[in-house]
Amino acid sequence: MITLDSLEINQKVKVKSLVQNGLTSKLVDMGIYPGKDIHVAFRAPFGGPIAVDLDGYTLSLRREEASLVEVEL
Amino acid sequence: MKIALVGNPNSGKTSVFNQLTGLNQKVGNFPGVTVDKKVGYLKHENVSHELIDLPGIYSLYPKTQDEEVVYDILRNPDHADYPDRILVVVDASNLERNLLLFTQVMDLGVPVTMALNMTDVADRKGLVIDTQKLSEVLGGIKIVPIIARTGEGMEVLMEEVIHDAPPVASEPFLGGEFDKGQFLIDNVDERKARVENRYKKIRQLLTFVLKQKPVSGSIVERHRKVDKFLTHPVFGYLVFLGVLLVIFQAIFAWAEWPMDLIDTLFLSASAWVQDALPPGVFTDLLAEGIIPGLGGVVIFIPQITLLFAFIFILEETGYMSRVVFILDRFMRPFGLNGRSVVPLISGVACAIPAIMATRTIDNWKERLITIMVTPLMSCSARLPVYTLLIALVVPDQYIGPFNLKGLVLLGLYLIGLVAALLAALVSKWIVKSQQKSFLVMELPLYKMPRWNNLVITLWEKVRLFVFDAGKVIFSISIILWVLASYGPGDRIEEAVSQIPKPTTEAEVPDYEKEVSSVALANSYIGIVGHAIEPAIRPLGYNWQIGIALITSFAAREVFVGSMATIYSIGEDFDSEETLIQRMRNETNRLTGEPVYTLASGLSLMIFYAFAMQCMSTLAIVLRETKNWKYPFIQLVYMTGLAYVAALITYQLLS
Repeated sequence: MITLDSLEINQKVKVKSLVQNGLTSKLVDMGIYPGKDIHVAFRAPFGGPIAVDLDGYTLSLRREEASLVEVEL
Repeated sequence: MKIALVGNPNSGKTSVFNQLTGLNQKVGNFPGVTVDKKVGYLKHENVSHELIDLPGIYSLYPKTQDEEVVYDILRNPDHADYPDRILVVVDASNLERNLLLFTQVMDLGVPVTMALNMTDVADRKGLVIDTQKLSEVLGGIKIVPIIARTGEGMEVLMEEVIHDAPPVASEPFLGGEFDKGQFLIDNVDERKARVENRYKKIRQLLTFVLKQKPVSGSIVERHRKVDKFLTHPVFGYLVFLGVLLVIFQAIFAWAEWPMDLIDTLFLSASAWVQDALPPGVFTDLLAEGIIPGLGGVVIFIPQITLLFAFIFILEETGYMSRVVFILDRFMRPFGLNGRSVVPLISGVACAIPAIMATRTIDNWKERLITIMVTPLMSCSARLPVYTLLIALVVPDQYIGPFNLKGLVLLGLYLIGLVAALLAALVSKWIVKSQQKSFLVMELPLYKMPRWNNLVITLWEKVRLFVFDAGKVIFSISIILWVLASYGPGDRIEEAVSQIPKPTTEAEVPDYEKEVSSVALANSYIGIVGHAIEPAIRPLGYNWQIGIALITSFAAREVFVGSMATIYSIGEDFDSEETLIQRMRNETNRLTGEPVYTLASGLSLMIFYAFAMQCMSTLAIVLRETKNWKYPFIQLVYMTGLAYVAALITYQLLS
């Protein structure tokens, strides 16, 4: 299983599914839903949050939040 | 008619609100929470309509306090703020995500208008939106393209919202979810599934109405380059340090003279009242209680204005979210998040604007912890106390190239920071919360701030402080004045009559100073100062310090003035030397040893570093938490910490 936090920068993927969890409904609100094209745009230093691109809009989330998002190449 | 303004954060909703209502707005609070409720008035054909600016949200299903507020209103048609019409601001450059909220609102069944904002940014991204078709597929709702930042399209928008009754969508976008202000789905997972379906439907719809033109040198790519620099492991932090340096330079350089001016103005107002009015209780109350009490509120305005001007610029340009992005990692171990950084650092200037700035933290637990620990940061009001005490007890020595006095001052600032972080760590285990900590945050495109929005923001912040916290500050100053000016029975009169009367004109000033000293020592505060002496003796303090501790509860810098009164020294700027001399000569009644030694001086500095000696901060904490419990806990824990730390310091060094 590949998750959003483990991707290379600019590696283009699609969201496959989200773990059932109180947090993931926030992620869905922000536009991370199954079928969505997504890639990591840049990362914060020292293990901080990551910034993902969703159709030209930038969303930041912590790595453990990103690990709740399963993606497919 | 009530019109609600709804939209995503960063959709330009505030600009729309300001454009539509100008300065014709008032700020209040939604009941029970500290979320700003802004209401503006639109006049059209002599009928006034209310425009309610609801907090920026991403979804009608609440995850944050802001979203909770909107949720409570929109699902309850009997709510006092339930709107007759809704105006939704939609960011045209980010249509898919913005349409989630729009279609949810549309399905509520309230007449709705779409303000399609930032059409210029969409244009630069190469996005072509067929608004005609968008309106058709959304059931015939009204769409007005605007650029709120420049005011383009605002007149049409005004006309559409107020004049013509906007059509209700002919059918819901997604059936079975909402019905006339009712939310039909309660289950969290089912709500999430609904949002996913909605997104899928929006995506289908967008294939008909949205075309992507190829653009050279896309705006997104250029902004990404800036992002990579500002979040770089080295340059990112250097830039942030540089920004901080500029802010603090500016605050200390620019806030000082208006503060001195306010000080002088209120002092001369007091003096004038004392001269112009017949002597008596009323004149004293006015000159020594009310006017200085008002001055004590007004004096904070320069710092609040400046700090919020900078915070506004950081927020508006989009830089603030990058700061949060690169610092979140360092704050999390302490139960804080990236958004706590700016309030904490602002605390070095003044805890009041710092605590007001915690509103950007949407997790209540993290916000509360930030509020509770920010006053431990050494604020500028502690500086006069530190300066006096360092000059008094720290020897003028060098350790290597460093002056010992400077090192002690630096140490006091560091100890404040460390104490704040440790207190946060402890609070993390104590404060309970069901709300999970998350940092799912939009990083908006960079943009120039709109200066008319700045004026409105500053006006709001100052008003909030003066009228809300100001009331508490003013009342406590009056109470403290009464306690410092009156004593039981005619105790003060008796004590004063013991002082030998001046025989020559030259002795009058000294006599007057002696009188105020004796009067203070025999006032209610003086009595309390004497009474607490046994409790503070282990810290190395005498009753004179006890009095100064109580009077400086109003504000820390009052310590210096109180010391001057107690030691009968006029409050001139030149007399600091003499005050230091007097204090240096002070000896303990029992042992004959000097009172102000390195041990007692450091113990006193530590006490001031930790103690909650600032009623204005308590007033603003009450205002921001809406609960007496929190300022009370803060007062107790900080004073307790100060006492124990000062005790240890004194006992170790003496």
